[in-house]
Amino acid sequence: MGNLWQDHKSSIIAVGIALVALFSTIIVVPETQQGVVIRTGEPVRVVNKFRPDQDFGDTGAGIQWRIPIIERVEYVDKRILDLDMEREQVLSSDQQRLQVDAYARFRVIDPVLMVERAGTTQGLRSQLEPILNSVVRQELGRFTFAAMLTAERGTAMTNITRKMDEEARAYGAQVIDVRIKRTDLPEGTPLAAAFTRMETDRQREAATIRAQGRKNAQIIRAEANATAAKIYADSYGVDPEFYDFYRAMQSYDSTFGPAAAGQNKGESSIIIGQDNEYMRQFRGRR
Amino acid sequence: MSEALFFRQSRTYKGSMRILDGFRNQIALAMAGKKGSPWGSGDNSGSGGDDGDGDSGGSKPSGPRNPWLPGGGGKDGPRRSANIEDIFKNRGPEGPRRGGGGGGFKMPPRPGGKSWWPVIAFAAVGLWVFMSSFHQVERNEQGVVTTFGKYSRTIGPGISLTFPAPFQQVYMADVTTVQSIRIPEEGTEKLILTGDQNLVDLQYKIRYRIKDLKQFRFQLAEPQQTVIEVAEAAMRASVAEQTLDDTFSGAGRAEIQERVRSRMQSILDAYRSGVTVVGIDIEETDPPAQVVDAFKDVSVAEQDANATINRARAVEQQILAGAEGDTAAFDKVYEEYRQAPEVTRRRLYYETMERVLSNTDKTVVETGGVQTYLPLPEIRKRAQERSAQPSDITVEGQ
Repeated sequence: MGNLWQDHKSSIIAVGIALVALFSTIIVVPETQQGVVIRTGEPVRVVNKFRPDQDFGDTGAGIQWRIPIIERVEYVDKRILDLDMEREQVLSSDQQRLQVDAYARFRVIDPVLMVERAGTTQGLRSQLEPILNSVVRQELGRFTFAAMLTAERGTAMTNITRKMDEEARAYGAQVIDVRIKRTDLPEGTPLAAAFTRMETDRQREAATIRAQGRKNAQIIRAEANATAAKIYADSYGVDPEFYDFYRAMQSYDSTFGPAAAGQNKGESSIIIGQDNEYMRQFRGRR
Repeated sequence: MSEALFFRQSRTYKGSMRILDGFRNQIALAMAGKKGSPWGSGDNSGSGGDDGDGDSGGSKPSGPRNPWLPGGGGKDGPRRSANIEDIFKNRGPEGPRRGGGGGGFKMPPRPGGKSWWPVIAFAAVGLWVFMSSFHQVERNEQGVVTTFGKYSRTIGPGISLTFPAPFQQVYMADVTTVQSIRIPEEGTEKLILTGDQNLVDLQYKIRYRIKDLKQFRFQLAEPQQTVIEVAEAAMRASVAEQTLDDTFSGAGRAEIQERVRSRMQSILDAYRSGVTVVGIDIEETDPPAQVVDAFKDVSVAEQDANATINRARAVEQQILAGAEGDTAAFDKVYEEYRQAPEVTRRRLYYETMERVLSNTDKTVVETGGVQTYLPLPEIRKRAQERSAQPSDITVEGQ
């Protein structure tokens, strides 16, 4: 060991210096990052810049070079980033309030501009967030409450995205889309009113169902009576005179006849005159 | 404890003590974190150096005597037995530290008298290269190979060979198993506005899997968070297109599920996220907790209505059956009557009268011209007695 050092002192030092130089010259850029090369405070070029038509593997990622010491590299995310909007109250054109929760997805397409205007992606987010808030509030405020709920149907979301994109371009970012994540009624009176409406709506439905049930029951009973009447008429109509006799017999039976168990018919006394048909034979042949 | 043990042993077996002592010294050295490797160095002239260090520390103990190394390297003093003083010097709280280490554990030299270090270093590097060059990709996985951070290829299941770690790296992930996320998290209520401005509490599951690992890895900053947010946005939009009653019905739910799925897929494709949405499962649709009673009352009302109808049907059956029974009886009698009208009529008359009159009080007024006086109060009194009597009888009977 010692001998090696003694014999090749200069070459070892040379190799060491070469290695240090190499490592300070090489930069490794991953697929997910873009690098802004800054020479004495001035951005001079971008490595692995985002291009929409490039597939992974054809990008500028991998080993890149820089001049040591005078060039430094600032990394900017190349992926699609997320911008969450603070929950915002939006007033619809028909003066109703809605809590809106939206998000935007964006990508840094001009890292130099972004580094100049916003510094870091975090800085960019804090710049874009108020813009997103005001654009969403402005655009949605043109619609009625009902249309706001189905904002995807119309041009509202495309308008928001377009406006947002225009603003973001100034920071070197491209807004891919803006979406409404949640729409809620504000706590307090509007929410309570909605609950009351839902509740009364259900109460109405329950009352309707019960009334319909009663109506149907009545119809069923009436139909039954009608059918029964028809059955009676068909049968008894054959000989009305006999029916009169037959029914009278039944009626006497049930009025004066022996009481069935649990039945109370009351007392009846019958005074039969001599002209009664029943007593015809009683009188004997005269 | 262990030291006491050593001590006792050393008195009995002085010869072996020396080895033990040295060994203990070595352990103490290692534990005290004295510089220099506990394995020491076989090369005295070289990088070892801790020999001198230990020696200058003080009392010059003979140091651990390497059982494999005959005679020591010249620096060590002459071989002598450990005496009691040595032992005490090395005991106690700072004994070993004061005593210092000595040569350390020395490996025998390789043939040719060279150090083992290069061999160990080469072996370690070799192992590292081996470990980071072979990659076992499981059946359900894929791996993305990057060369200095740049995407170079995707590897499928099996064992793959790449350049070792600093040059190529492999990121492996499950691409066939369907992953699912539940929204909202357990036990929370998230109300969604429906098209008719009602609120509904939905619980659903997103099932997705990675379609393109390369895009999944490099395109999105937060893939999972993105999937969740896209799902929430798509669900909100789809529920807003339906009425509240639709969200409760099976068909409406199926439609929502399908719309959410296609919406999510088109958004995620626009991001080039490499995610396939396999399906959305709405697990529960509930009315908000505040109005749930009113909703329950609706189903109670349905039950009530059905009950009312059932009762009416029962009455209907009674009426119809009664009518049919009555008319059937009449028809039978009428048939008989038609055979012999006069006789049947008389028979029926007398039979009925029998039944009727046998059961009642009868007064036959035979002679004509008798003024019948009807003592109504008398009749009523008799009736009252009659009704009282049977109860007396039953009491007596018992």
